[in-house]
Amino acid sequence: MKRNQIINAVLALVFLLFPLAVTSDYYRHLAILALMWVVIGGSWNLLAGYTGQISFGHAIFFGTGAYAAGILADKLGLSAWWGLALGGPAAVLMGLVIGFICFRLRGPYFALATIAAGEICRLIAVNWESMTNGMVGILLIQSFRSKVPYYYLALALAGASLLVFSLVMKSKWGFYFVSIREDQDAAESLGINASLYKNLSLAISAFFTGTAGAFYMNYMAFIDPEVVFSLPYISIMAILVAIIGGVATIWGPAVGAFIMVGIQETFRSAIFGLAPKWVSQSHALVFGLIVIFVILYLANGVVGDWPKIKRLLVRSPKTGDATWLSLKRGKSERPSEG
Amino acid sequence: MTVFLQTLVSGLLIGGIYALIGMGMTLIMGVMGIINLAHGQLMMVAMYITYAAYTFFHLDPYLALFVAMPGLFLLGCAIQKYLLNPLMDVETIIPQNQVLMTVGIAIVLTEIARFIFSSTYLSVRTGYSTKVFFLGGVSFNWPMTIAFLLAVALTVALFWFLLKTDLGRSIRAVAQDKEAAILMGVNSRRITIITYGLGAGLVAAAGCLLIPIFYLFPDIGRPFTTKAFVITILGGMGSTVGAIFGGLTLGIAESLGATYIGMSYKEMVGLIIFLTVLIFLPGGLKRLTKV
Repeated sequence: MKRNQIINAVLALVFLLFPLAVTSDYYRHLAILALMWVVIGGSWNLLAGYTGQISFGHAIFFGTGAYAAGILADKLGLSAWWGLALGGPAAVLMGLVIGFICFRLRGPYFALATIAAGEICRLIAVNWESMTNGMVGILLIQSFRSKVPYYYLALALAGASLLVFSLVMKSKWGFYFVSIREDQDAAESLGINASLYKNLSLAISAFFTGTAGAFYMNYMAFIDPEVVFSLPYISIMAILVAIIGGVATIWGPAVGAFIMVGIQETFRSAIFGLAPKWVSQSHALVFGLIVIFVILYLANGVVGDWPKIKRLLVRSPKTGDATWLSLKRGKSERPSEG
Repeated sequence: MTVFLQTLVSGLLIGGIYALIGMGMTLIMGVMGIINLAHGQLMMVAMYITYAAYTFFHLDPYLALFVAMPGLFLLGCAIQKYLLNPLMDVETIIPQNQVLMTVGIAIVLTEIARFIFSSTYLSVRTGYSTKVFFLGGVSFNWPMTIAFLLAVALTVALFWFLLKTDLGRSIRAVAQDKEAAILMGVNSRRITIITYGLGAGLVAAAGCLLIPIFYLFPDIGRPFTTKAFVITILGGMGSTVGAIFGGLTLGIAESLGATYIGMSYKEMVGLIIFLTVLIFLPGGLKRLTKV
């Protein structure tokens, strides 16, 4: 416990001092994006990893939050920063509608319904031009030139989300969520109102995703339906962030966010300009390959599959045999096999 | 009235092709219990094969069926064998990772196509692309009509295969009850591989039939993936008969939507049907017929 506290304190300090140590706007930008994905990945993880409702439509909430902020600024002439307060509630309202429709379904059917709901939202955003400007998108003027305020805002958001998720998962609600994931019928037979708790999980998840969306609007100052309601680059990315880090762990998605943003940016910049240009042109292809690779080999994420990764790393180079340590761990961890 | 009839006819014709797309999806759904989100992208690959065959070898799109269908069958088998089946052995908390895998495959296929052919809109313009004939004041587009008839023929062939051959019966057995089928000596892994290949082959046929009518670009797969799963839900999961009616319904509904609401809402019509069915008729059209 004490060791954990020290690690947490050091981590917090590193993140607080990051913009002072790193003056390059490029790396600050990457850190801001990664922190934003910490929020979204964690939100997805709460609904899917803990409550077992695999959503393929988190772009709905992200987009709703972003458009809430954008429309406030563009149509009502308010500051887009109001969106940061209202984007979350707007996404929760959307979440209630989605929950009303989609929670009638279970398992793969739920996942499908969320895909369809996400596509509908995207098409509405494209077609409702009087409200959303359609494909033209919404363009604002950034409030700050410097990245530092955005960085601390993203950090605060990420910290708050992690805190809320860990508190929720330690509370009674958390146990209800997990029991619904493990066996909904059994949970209901024990008197847990599955529908209520699924909606609660969705509401918390939607709230943070929506707030992240509103933050995105403020930070990037430009949105269009293809960006914020994108199935691959928001919904699937949210899933990947959680999976690559480790589903159903608090820290997994946080680690995953940095890994995913790092990998993506590495390829987008053609391995920091070292590789030929076609590498950067194929970054979308790389994204798809990452999806396939992660599911095949890292299905439980870096945090969940840590022992497996460790085994690979500590393999003795000469003989290719696993070392004594890894063998012992491997045995003790998988007693049911064989 | 003519406008209405015309709308109905064009909806019906495109619906026949949709049925073909939906049947492949529904077969995969029935046997493996997963929705194949790379379905439209497989069609896109078939369309590019057809395009390449037309441009380099001057092969008629309808003859390219005999190239694209086996090609996609093999591609589908390989995908199932090397990417989807290994996932059955991976223990994870998320049961939907096969679905996620198909999304990854979809992205990879699209981007490979973009890499080779770039994002340019391509088209195959055959001599009969714009030919029409009239029947009682309603115009029939030749390629659409041919496509519809070929789709019907392929559907009949598929039903013959599923109902009369040993392999077809095995596929239906696995779809009905996997454990029981395994106990009866059916190699369920082999069946999943063949089924995915079959689904890919069917959608490849749809791609060949559509190419004289549609423009071709790497992202064309996505709307068709959406359509395919709308059809699958509409028809009832895993019901091939349902997929036919689902396809026809979607075609007609889209066509009516485009005429009477607006072209840009055409895609939304399908999705709204999808959600309506999920809410009011979970189980799809299959529930109404008990087939």
